[in-house]
Amino acid sequence: MCGIVGLFIKNPVLESQLGELIAPMLSEMTERGPDSAGIAVYRDPNDKGCKITVLAENLDFDWSALEESLKASFALKKIRVTQNHAVLTLDSAISEVQDWLNENWKELSVTSAGTNIEIFKGKGNPADFIEQFDIKSMSGTHALGHTRMATESAITTEHSHPFSTGQDLCLVHNGSLSNHNRLRETLRRSGVQFKTDNDSEVAAGYLSWRLSEGDDLDQALNHAIDDLDGFYTFAIGTRDGFAVMRDPIGCKPAIMAETDDWAAMSSEYRAIATLPGAENARIWEPEPTQIYSWKRSLE
Amino acid sequence: MTEINLDNKSVRELNEKLQSASSGDKFSVNNTVGKHALSVGLTTEVNVDINGHVGYYCAGMNQQAKIKINGNAGPGLAENMMSGEVRVTGNASQYAAATAHGGLLVIEGDASSRCGISMKGVNIVVGGNIGHMSAFMAQSGCLVVCGDAGDALGDSIYEAKIYVRGKVKSLGTDCIEKEMRDEHQKELKQLLKQSRMSYGVDEFRRYGSARKLYNFDIDQVDDY
Repeated sequence: MCGIVGLFIKNPVLESQLGELIAPMLSEMTERGPDSAGIAVYRDPNDKGCKITVLAENLDFDWSALEESLKASFALKKIRVTQNHAVLTLDSAISEVQDWLNENWKELSVTSAGTNIEIFKGKGNPADFIEQFDIKSMSGTHALGHTRMATESAITTEHSHPFSTGQDLCLVHNGSLSNHNRLRETLRRSGVQFKTDNDSEVAAGYLSWRLSEGDDLDQALNHAIDDLDGFYTFAIGTRDGFAVMRDPIGCKPAIMAETDDWAAMSSEYRAIATLPGAENARIWEPEPTQIYSWKRSLE
Repeated sequence: MTEINLDNKSVRELNEKLQSASSGDKFSVNNTVGKHALSVGLTTEVNVDINGHVGYYCAGMNQQAKIKINGNAGPGLAENMMSGEVRVTGNASQYAAATAHGGLLVIEGDASSRCGISMKGVNIVVGGNIGHMSAFMAQSGCLVVCGDAGDALGDSIYEAKIYVRGKVKSLGTDCIEKEMRDEHQKELKQLLKQSRMSYGVDEFRRYGSARKLYNFDIDQVDDY
């Protein structure tokens, strides 16, 4: 069991309240996932360069050393440290920075990369996570959150969701995959790298691989229906919005709701009930294998 | 009418109060915000109006009580109901009335997948559509669908009866369309009346067991 929440702001006035709105949703899903929590938030775009979130193993990591070394090699605009995460904003090519980090800062792992996305995650109770990362103060266009109840692999920060699946893309998963070991090996041979033995990371790796093969998100998800065996409700964050898809059996719960101000998804209605106007929202349950997506129109 | 507000009462307090109520007592329950296991295990003829959406397992194991949910219901509504009546004005999620032995469940909106799975005598009337794998291994009772039915309707069905007004996406293994005889028309008419659905019995088709899976048949090994 795990809990998923997603919130997409339709009325720009509410963008400043994104964190305030999604924090109670995440909190409400604590019973579904008390082991760890995570959030992907889309905000403060750095369109001409990139934003990369990195995760250090320990809280006492020396971020100033990283800052100095980044400044020497790249056009670093900003480094924002929260707990054991740091969001790096640079006017440099994303792949160059990632390669450089892999080469020179092996003790760091990249949780997200793109122009808008930031991913934070941590072990422990979601309420503590919300507090530590000051989720309520976050503004942005949309966010996905996850509370995890580990059933198939260890409880660590790296095993926590969301998983990055490419630039400005991420995945949260409720369910379990039964063919993840074999699929991981197949994907490794195609060059996909994995950090853990987690099944959801394989789903994320699979989607990254399909996207790198030229699929668009809908095509990648349709291929996933054929190649992933198991139960899943997926929510996939994109630069412009997010998409939701359930497995063909539709075992894992999901509920969606929409008003003029926002669109939301969750594992259960009680998370959506925390949103303003939820009682009068249009509410429905997503059909198995159908892809539902919200997208911001490009201005 | 006793009002119970879940803003200041716990789910346990609610259920204790409802379970110890006397026959004929009336309750209204407010501020449900999708909470789980509301109004479960009632054993007397009480009336409960629940205002708002409810989460998992509402009205589970109900006996005799009349429970109305003004909203949508999450998974496992009226699971293992024994008797009484449960009505939901909106939609119901997965496996509504699973394994239920008796009583009447009315879902005015749509029901999701696995509605009436392993039903054992309950009557279910759905005003809208139902999802896939509904009435899987259904043993007895009636499932009335005023809209359309999803994939694999009545898979491995025993002696439950299914009446569908709209389209059936596909029938499950060993489920077939059957003749609508007088006794079925009578039964259906009664259920539509009881559930306050204003459709004519002529608009419905009946589905049930072909009874081919009752005994092992080597030629049908793939169907087991």
